Amino acid sequence: MSLNFNTPLFEIIRDKNKCIQCKVCVRQCANEVHWYSSYENIVNSDNNKCVNCHRCVILCPTKAITIRKHRLEFRNNSNWTSNAIKEIQKQADTGGVLLSSMGNPNKLPIYWDKILLNASQVTNPSIDPLREPMETKVMIGRKPDKLKFNKQGDLITDMPPQIELNVPIMFSAMSYGSISKNAHEALARAATKLGICYNTGEGGLNKDFYKYGKNTIVQVASGRFGVYKDYLNAGVGIEIKIGQGAKPGIGGHLPGKKVGADVSVTRMIPIGSDAISPAPHHDIYSIEDLRQLIFALKETTNYSKPIFVKIAAVHNAAAIASGIVRAGADVVVVDGFRGGTGAAPTRVRDNVGIPIEFALASIDQRLREEGIRNSASLVISGSIRNSSDIVKAIALGADAVYIGSAALIAMGCHMCRSCSTGKCNWGIATQQYDLVKRLNPDIMYKRLVNLISAWNHEIQEMLGGMGINAVDSLRGNKLMLRGIDLNETELRILGIKYVGE
Amino acid sequence: MKIIDALDVPYRTLNKLIDTVLLNNNEENIILKNIFGQRYIGRGLSYKNSLIQIYGTPGNDMASYMNGTKIEVFGNGQDAIGNTMNEGTVIIHGDCGDTIGYAMRGGSIYIKGNVGYRVGIHMKEYKNMKPVIVIGGKAGEFLGEYMAGGIIIVLGIDISKSEKIVGKFCGTGMHGGVIYIYENLEDYNFGKEVKKSEFNEKDVELLSKHIKFYEKAFSRNLEYLRIEKFSKYVAIGKNPYSNMYCNY
Repeated sequence: MSLNFNTPLFEIIRDKNKCIQCKVCVRQCANEVHWYSSYENIVNSDNNKCVNCHRCVILCPTKAITIRKHRLEFRNNSNWTSNAIKEIQKQADTGGVLLSSMGNPNKLPIYWDKILLNASQVTNPSIDPLREPMETKVMIGRKPDKLKFNKQGDLITDMPPQIELNVPIMFSAMSYGSISKNAHEALARAATKLGICYNTGEGGLNKDFYKYGKNTIVQVASGRFGVYKDYLNAGVGIEIKIGQGAKPGIGGHLPGKKVGADVSVTRMIPIGSDAISPAPHHDIYSIEDLRQLIFALKETTNYSKPIFVKIAAVHNAAAIASGIVRAGADVVVVDGFRGGTGAAPTRVRDNVGIPIEFALASIDQRLREEGIRNSASLVISGSIRNSSDIVKAIALGADAVYIGSAALIAMGCHMCRSCSTGKCNWGIATQQYDLVKRLNPDIMYKRLVNLISAWNHEIQEMLGGMGINAVDSLRGNKLMLRGIDLNETELRILGIKYVGE
Repeated sequence: MKIIDALDVPYRTLNKLIDTVLLNNNEENIILKNIFGQRYIGRGLSYKNSLIQIYGTPGNDMASYMNGTKIEVFGNGQDAIGNTMNEGTVIIHGDCGDTIGYAMRGGSIYIKGNVGYRVGIHMKEYKNMKPVIVIGGKAGEFLGEYMAGGIIIVLGIDISKSEKIVGKFCGTGMHGGVIYIYENLEDYNFGKEVKKSEFNEKDVELLSKHIKFYEKAFSRNLEYLRIEKFSKYVAIGKNPYSNMYCNY
């Protein structure tokens, strides 16, 4: 065996006085960290295998386990950090491309935290949402340039298809394959209960979930997995995935070992075959080609559903978004560089793309300048962590947001960032039957409903504080925002003033 | 048999008209005359017993998401014919453009003449569904790119000695399916994921079947084609990139 330089990231501390050798931790850990020694009658653990998912900590009946950052440190060095060293060791060991999960964890500015909201004082009464009407419903889809009415006052304009969301939040695209069937079921049921939508991702749609169609957006990506006529007609909208914030410019790859019987059925590919989504759609090399796909989908679904086009936030996002709207998309989706993923090459995830706050502000501005902002809804994603992020996003110009990581956290994700191993102890990012069944959709859908309901209350509180009684009145209302700790360029692009101005 | 004159009829109206005709009579056959580039003809159609005959040049994305109908084009086809098609038959009495049969999952496409780039890209197969593309002439670069299933046959009929039967990078990223080419080509023509494979009885049977179909569809005698002159190419494995990554 060759020398392996890997050292543990975490340290498992077991309180021997509390441990009753019940072996729950042994059974619960798919990474096989813990084992029982009958000779000594003690439970041991291997720090090297631990990913710090907290499963054993939470399930230990006597709370005997603690996990800490491992104390082993390299000599202090601001340049050659322990991460930098460990990455090299890993690659020297395997010759592999570094693969990471979840969003960019690096210390880069989070602009939501540098934006502050306004509230009414004296000159404009604030509104108490607990006792006064407050509208958080939004309509997603293309809005006509003009409305025409007949003499009786009835609307005679042919309205393009719209999706009604009770809250300006949707669950973003996470494919069946990247997450489990039970996780999908929880998302679908929560979306139905809340009157919002979830997104299938590029993994097809399980037959059992067609009944949630009214709250489903189906995705069409470059691999066209599971895409056929019934699938296209199953949801209320269709999303063309061009890119994703965590990995702009590159495709997807579900390894064959994750393509079991069920995943094979929804993706409509043989069991064990790699599911490779090419980097581009090879029928889209231009805005004109994009128009071709948009209208192919509209034709196939009888113009009954809004077509979403999702891109990663990249340098020219504003110009690209303008092209997308002109190509006939009804909804533009932009995913920022902090967006999550089941697996992405680390270098791409950590270095490609731009913050969603800037992409959003510049796209909204560009579409307004061109007089086509009404032609499409604007949905953003890429690390929405709480309700104030959403309020700020809407004030910067978004119609709604997609949440992915936050929804997974509600279902038990502890951000151990090991999705790509397929051994998620919480039953989310795995296809292993014994792990999947740990996620109980009956419980988890309620947790999702709780989260979104709580955020909805918070959104209403913040709106009320500003003296606004509808989300629609906040959209693009940048006067409600002020920047702090931002330079002039940042303020200019965001289109907001500095605090105190 | 219903005849539709499509002169100056935009694609949306035309496709709606086809829907109406087929909806009113499941078994109806349709003849489309004066087709000049109208897109999406046959999109998503599932009428298994219907035949649509097209005179002229249909536009891009013909037979996209098609689910069972038969389309015969008396003319050339354009790009992305049979895009993500599930079932059905397309017969083209002419040449075609790029990305024919993109992500096609089932059904068959027969093309009398030549095709452009990236034909059969990301073709798949699933259970009993096994898509087939038969190309009478030659194919451009990246034939069968990312191919994950199905069958591509290139006959190389009527091409001159200076013309290549397939372009460069044939089968790049291939991880399933099979390509038959009427010429024994050097390895450099192919992607690194492709290998030459031995012939067996089933290959002979399959090729004979599709050659016969071609002969009948295009009234062409191909008795001179010798099955043993075909070479067969398959994917080295169905997990070409499984060892590329390390988790961090």
